Amino acid sequence: MSQAMSLRASRTRYALRKFINTLMLSLTGLATLFAIIPLVWIVVYITREGGRYLSVDFFTQLPTPVGVPGGGIVNSLVGSLIVVGIACLIAIPISLVAALYVADHPTTPLGVLVRFSTDVLSGVPTIVVGMFAYALVVLPQRHFSALAGSVALAVIMVPPVLRTTEEMLKLVPRNLREGSLALGASNWKTSLQVLLPAALNGIVTGVMLGIARVAGETAPMIFTAFGNPFFNTDLSQPIATLPQTIFVYAISPYQDWHAKAWATAFVLIAAVLGLNIAARLLTWWRTRRLRLA
Amino acid sequence: MSTNQSLRIFTRALASNETADAPTTTVKMRVTNLNFYYGAFRAVADVSLDVPDRRITAIIGSSGCGKSTLLRTLNRMGDLVPNARVEGDVLLDDESIYAPNVDVVDVRRRVGMVFQRPNPFPKSIYDNVTFGPRLLGVNHRADLDAIVEKSLRAAALWDEVKEKLHESGFALSGGQQQRLCIARALAVEPEVVLMDEPASALDPIATYKIEELMHQLRDEYTIVIVTHNMQQAARASDFTAFMNMNAQRAGTLVEFGPTKEIFTNPHQKETEDYITGRFG
Amino acid sequence: MPRDTFGGELANLKNQLLQLGMDTERTIGEGVNALKTRDRALAQAIIAHDAEINRVRYSIEEQCYELIATQQPLASDLREIISILLIAIELERIADHSKNLGEIVIHMGDEPLLKPLIDIPRMAEITQSMLNQSLDAFSRKDAAMGRAVCNRDDEIDNLYQQIFRELLTYVMQDPRTVNRALNLLFAAHNLERIGDRITNIGERVIYAATGQLEELNIERPAT
Repeated sequence: MSQAMSLRASRTRYALRKFINTLMLSLTGLATLFAIIPLVWIVVYITREGGRYLSVDFFTQLPTPVGVPGGGIVNSLVGSLIVVGIACLIAIPISLVAALYVADHPTTPLGVLVRFSTDVLSGVPTIVVGMFAYALVVLPQRHFSALAGSVALAVIMVPPVLRTTEEMLKLVPRNLREGSLALGASNWKTSLQVLLPAALNGIVTGVMLGIARVAGETAPMIFTAFGNPFFNTDLSQPIATLPQTIFVYAISPYQDWHAKAWATAFVLIAAVLGLNIAARLLTWWRTRRLRLA
Repeated sequence: MSTNQSLRIFTRALASNETADAPTTTVKMRVTNLNFYYGAFRAVADVSLDVPDRRITAIIGSSGCGKSTLLRTLNRMGDLVPNARVEGDVLLDDESIYAPNVDVVDVRRRVGMVFQRPNPFPKSIYDNVTFGPRLLGVNHRADLDAIVEKSLRAAALWDEVKEKLHESGFALSGGQQQRLCIARALAVEPEVVLMDEPASALDPIATYKIEELMHQLRDEYTIVIVTHNMQQAARASDFTAFMNMNAQRAGTLVEFGPTKEIFTNPHQKETEDYITGRFG
Repeated sequence: MPRDTFGGELANLKNQLLQLGMDTERTIGEGVNALKTRDRALAQAIIAHDAEINRVRYSIEEQCYELIATQQPLASDLREIISILLIAIELERIADHSKNLGEIVIHMGDEPLLKPLIDIPRMAEITQSMLNQSLDAFSRKDAAMGRAVCNRDDEIDNLYQQIFRELLTYVMQDPRTVNRALNLLFAAHNLERIGDRITNIGERVIYAATGQLEELNIERPAT
């Protein structure tokens, strides 16, 4: 009898538990939905606004003056590739090496200093970084240049890439490092040949996110790469970039240019999204091949 | 433990070496009055121990008694710990491995190590085994191929992996991964192999395979194994060192002798209590 | 404290062994009593009781195997369990010798004793005392006491020699007494064997206590 009683009691508790469980699950689901709505909205809206202007010419032609139909953004596309590419060449080695040091020596004064400065740096508004690059590169050169843009982007890129890499290196099991040292490997050989490969998936993701972030930077471009309506691959000359082109088109009073701004925005978003998906595929493929999981 | 006492223990151990184990054993590594400090904390106190050549020496003792710390002083892996400090000395073939002009890399090449959890590098089986030799400058494909086969055979893994040398080390089972790590350690032809609880993450069958392997390696290598599995020490070793914490929580060597003797008739009460599970 | 359960099982096993020991000790006394009083009923009872002693011995043996297989005893525990096992076997054999005494009584039927029994009860008393002492030594893990027990085997051997010579004299005087003399000699022989087995128990006591295997009181060739 008492057993039957307790069973009935537990059934009530079970119902309550089930109710709370369903409630919490719905709440988390709802919150997730809210989080992805902006992304979906932006993608859908930009695709609708910008997608209709896309054509082969848009990717292969130089911009046309106001009122002249056609024209494209090939100069900004190539410009962004160059500026971001050079920024990566500067930022990635610095970030990786610094991350290796910080992960290895988290408590030394230099390690603490590096970590603290990257934290501060990641909080500095990008427009200030742009001004810094202006002072560092543009003023001595006496004119705007692609290189100045790259320097600005590199400075912005270092903190997130460094911190992600550091975190990823910290996730590498300590005994992997010991295994290498126990075979007589030096510290830097261990870092380069064991730790970096082991953390590569995470590092690649971090780098991709860093690229995605700087690819859309507009403010620093205004002081540095400046923009250029013509096709340019000379690093010492001003160069057009996608976000800066969007900015110029979007603040213009012309309907025609507004449409081009949407289309350029679409290209930028697609490129960033594409980069992210590529990074995921790359790491997924590598993981599968090495069965790292 | 007083120096006198430790001296007595190892003299007795030496004496019994000669009586219990018919062919006289020579000393491969000699630990003398070793103290190991983590900052101000003394983790190992006054340990003196002679590791016999081409024999398996097991170090047993409860958790935290300093056995792994002691093991890591034998190839200077203890140096990696920040603020760590070593007093006393460790001799390898009568040469101090802590002398100022000694290159740690040489020490670690001669004294290899296998860890508690299998830790293959995120590389192919082949690249795992050749990692050490490549560091030493072996680059010819044919030489490396020969080393890979020899090491994997020595680690009793060759037949299981010869068809998939270029697949990832992670594709192997836990026991195979551990044998891969042993092969990787053997590839640089060390003289001593340290094993830090090499089977604690493995199932019994894989454990027996490792123990069997140790037995085969015994002809060519001096093996020192830390284990908290007493049965394993009893099964797999020739000599056993029992460590225990003293009142200051520092690890001391209580007794060292032939395994057969330690497990049937230990001389120290502390050893007896630990071995029979009547600890504390 | 860890391993309390195992400790309890080991203590229990030791108790069973001591019980078996006391039971065995009793059979020696009863055997000689039956001989002294020619009590065939008692002799039958001793013979019947041997089956029970055998059963207990196998039970102890089995428990030893179980503990070894499941608990992996080491050091003093290992020595103790092995000793329990071997002592149980010795006790069972001692009881067999007591059973032999009973069988002699039945075999003799109504035939009068060749001579009054003096030395044989004396032997029985000493073996009983030795057995008691050896079991006491085992329960206390007292090696010195175990060694002392073994030394007393000399008394038994001397008594046996004495009985042997005495019976020989009877037979030489009157060869017709040979059958009755042999019965008594056989009884004394069984007691002498009991002494040897108690010496074996003493050796187990020393092993359990110290880990040393010593052979004590090696049989001297009969003079």
